[in-house]
Amino acid sequence: MDVTLRVWRQRGPSDPGGIVEYPATGVSPDASFLEMLDLVNEGLMARGEPPIAFAHDCREGICGACSLMIDGIAHGPMAGAATCQVHMRSFSDGATITIEPWRAAAFPVLKDLIVDRSALDRIIAAGGFVTAATGGAQDANAVLVPKEAADRAMDAAACIGCGACVAACPNASASLFTAAKVSHLGLMPQGQPERSRRVIRMVAQMDAEGFGDCTLFGECQDACPKEISIDVIARMHRDHMRAVWFGGEERAETGPG
Amino acid sequence: MTPLDSRVPAGPLAEKWDRHKFEMQLVNPANKRKHPIIVVGTGLAGASAAATLSELGYRVQCFCFHDSPRRAHSIAAQGGINAAKNYQNDGDSVFRLFYDTIKGGDFRAREANVYRLAQVSGNIIDQCAAQGVPFAREYGGLLANRSFGGAQVSRTFYARGQTGQQLLLGAYQALERQIGRGAVEMHPHTEMLDLVVVDGRARGIVVRDLVTGRIESYAAHAVVLATGGYGNVFFLSTNARNCNVTATWRAYKRGAAFGNPCFTQIHPTCIPVSGDYQSKLTLMSESLRNDGRVWVPARIGDARPPRDIPEDERDYFLERKYPSFGNLAPRDIASRAAKQACDEGRGVGPTRLGVYLDFADAIARVGAQAIRDRYGNLFDMYERITDENPYAVPMRIYPAVHYTMGGLWVDYNLMSTIPGLHVIGEANFSDHGANRLGASALMQGLADGYFVLPATIGDYLASTPFAPVDTSHPAFRAVEADVAERTTRLLGVRGNRTVDSFHRQLGKIMWEKCGMARTEAGLTEALADIPALREEFWRTVTVPGSGQELNQALEKAGRVADFLEFAELVCLDALHRTESCGGHFREESQTADGEALRDDAHFAYVAAWEYAGEGTAPVLNKEPLEFETVHLSQRSYK
Ligand SMILES: Cc1cc2nc3c(=O)[nH]c(=O)nc-3n(C[C@H](O)[C@H](O)[C@H](O)COP(=O)(O)OP(=O)(O)OC[C@H]3O[C@@H](n4cnc5c(N)ncnc54)[C@H](O)[C@@H]3O)c2cc1C
Ligand code: FES
Repeated sequence: MDVTLRVWRQRGPSDPGGIVEYPATGVSPDASFLEMLDLVNEGLMARGEPPIAFAHDCREGICGACSLMIDGIAHGPMAGAATCQVHMRSFSDGATITIEPWRAAAFPVLKDLIVDRSALDRIIAAGGFVTAATGGAQDANAVLVPKEAADRAMDAAACIGCGACVAACPNASASLFTAAKVSHLGLMPQGQPERSRRVIRMVAQMDAEGFGDCTLFGECQDACPKEISIDVIARMHRDHMRAVWFGGEERAETGPG
Repeated sequence: MTPLDSRVPAGPLAEKWDRHKFEMQLVNPANKRKHPIIVVGTGLAGASAAATLSELGYRVQCFCFHDSPRRAHSIAAQGGINAAKNYQNDGDSVFRLFYDTIKGGDFRAREANVYRLAQVSGNIIDQCAAQGVPFAREYGGLLANRSFGGAQVSRTFYARGQTGQQLLLGAYQALERQIGRGAVEMHPHTEMLDLVVVDGRARGIVVRDLVTGRIESYAAHAVVLATGGYGNVFFLSTNARNCNVTATWRAYKRGAAFGNPCFTQIHPTCIPVSGDYQSKLTLMSESLRNDGRVWVPARIGDARPPRDIPEDERDYFLERKYPSFGNLAPRDIASRAAKQACDEGRGVGPTRLGVYLDFADAIARVGAQAIRDRYGNLFDMYERITDENPYAVPMRIYPAVHYTMGGLWVDYNLMSTIPGLHVIGEANFSDHGANRLGASALMQGLADGYFVLPATIGDYLASTPFAPVDTSHPAFRAVEADVAERTTRLLGVRGNRTVDSFHRQLGKIMWEKCGMARTEAGLTEALADIPALREEFWRTVTVPGSGQELNQALEKAGRVADFLEFAELVCLDALHRTESCGGHFREESQTADGEALRDDAHFAYVAAWEYAGEGTAPVLNKEPLEFETVHLSQRSYK
């Protein structure tokens, strides 16, 4: 099949960038979207032109590297899939496809379709963990975890950190990402001792990074390749409120949440 | 080179590690922060090591080429992690896990290392549970287990089909905690391009900042490589696209011996190749073989749809050939059996390079919902890629390159032949011999990173006098100059062939001549083809752009240039080892019924190759393998 691509090209963070058109011809419908881009890049490079830069690695929807806005939809037309899991059979022959990077103040463009998502790592560093230095753990079966709690924790823990939720949100909020981690750890018994401190710090970091507020549009859960439910955000808000009101020492330590 | 000293401690097998821990020198807590350590890699091995070393008080600088440490290839592991917990009361023990691993590796691993791995396996699960890893649970709240290939007990812990992701996130979160405290300095998007050796010791690395292109140096008292495996030398593999051999290959060229490079693993259950646009192969977790039955039509050329082929005209070849392990035969054996069936003309699917993995019986037995609970995400993944519904028609699978048992040679302390250079995880050669059992790579990566290296590196640091060396030392200038020269050369060829086209061609040579079945003739051809391809690469490759920017073409070019050198070593090793063992199958060496035939009299050793300079054949050093506890026997899974 043949398609026409309209691709965002931007040489570096300070370049204004713009859309450039490329034909992609003779593409197999069984090829993945990224394999189609490989093909276009092969053609560009054979002519000595710089390839379209895009992030990717696992190509099976788990590493969270791939991150394309395809026709204005984060990760493209397929629900519950990352960009790398989209196949060309989802597009019609002759289609024109627009490809852009994630857009958010907290995700500056590095080049073409690659953005800097290190803000998400800093949110985790602020509190998205259980403090358990290596060596001191008791037998794993000493703490029982109800199956339902483990399953729900796993639903939230499935987040791949791609940032599609931010890209899809009109406010560029990172609430779904942050809330997924807050919920995963908050649902596990091991996460209880730090529950208040965690949510206060992670939310504060999220704000400090310049992500927008959540106004419960719900675009994030539609864009999420792991279909994480917006319920986790409600849970985070509850935890946050409780922590701010009853967090005591934590509150004093970190200032107003 | 100094003779290979495995430094295996004396004493009975079961007491070696405890005794060694006591005998090693300790670093005084107050002195730990005076020892900077570089950790390259943030997969299970690197992230767990960096976090733990930092918790102990060392000054850690950590590097990865990914934009975030969480994206390391470990994230993709699906099936599970082994541990000898015996929670199922089915007869498991440290000794049984040790024995299964030695046997599974076809008796080509070091006993003492493997025993230690089995000993700490239980601690790993404890540690991960304490971090809040959401392992699968039974209704009563206890941990659930499943079975994996090469074992008759149920010792595999899992988190749906995303075990690697959850274990890595646990380690990553521990690492981020240390980064947040300012205790680890993290350098993401930074690629190590060379190792700096000063007075015979590893003292630093030279890296390229992948965003700005800047070449920079970092100095330390010890360097830890946790840079993963080299399966992508075959181009098509189940590995993430950016996995590469550069870090270990560069260390090899600075003096670290490379152990058993030809020991590569071909995984039996991957989605078959469908076209030449394909950029990678997708694994269907081995856990599927718990419930799926592998078969091909009994008759050659039977092209009926699978559901139209009656039971008695099917050949469930694994169950037939290996009645006691059946569909759970180890990977090397299952892969070869699938290849044999296809070679006989009984393969299925459009390319005839595929066999069925059929869930019809399991669905009839436990219901579609139970199967969905167990493997839902894998079934979805399969359907997304192939456009076929595996609940209704059997999956088609074929073997694909998956894992590399070979890697930099390390002693019992996980130190390479360059003092101060430690190697952990898939990057080292240590524990899996000639074939790795399923769910054992995650175990090894975390054993190395959480428990073994943090103990052994202290002995090196405490017993070594460190001359003050920083990045102003001339050795750093010299290596930086080498790195800059290589970059300039790559950018300067300005030919007309893309890097990927070379990689693809190299992969084809490797798959055909150094893949599932290897022969003297094929390997000899490969050893002529590879240098010719390399020569063409350096004459006609095109790498657009410059070195002073984010340049993915340049990144890839450097990695493929290294693969083009490294591939030769893999073939050389495969050629010299005229026996068959584990994943290394030499057609010349097989039993009457086509099983791998080992030659213990001549090959019960680790081949540790030593670099001897450009254009000179590498030197083969041998570490003899002594089996004091297990009896060397022909492997049987019948
Ligand atoms: C699809 C798939 C499924 C698997 N499933 C299982 C399973 O169920 N159970 C199991 O036990 N094993 C499984 N394995 C194997 C297992 O996942 C790997 O062996 C293991 O995760 C490797 O971990 P690692 O820490 O050694 O390396 P990796 O996770 O590969 O990490 C390498 C790290 O090194 C960095 N790096 C590499 N080179 C450089 C450089 N030059 N400069 C800077 N940084 C560098 C990378 O950025 C990355 O952070 C699976 C493998 C695959 C491919
Ligand atoms: S490339 Fe890893 S999620 Fe898409």
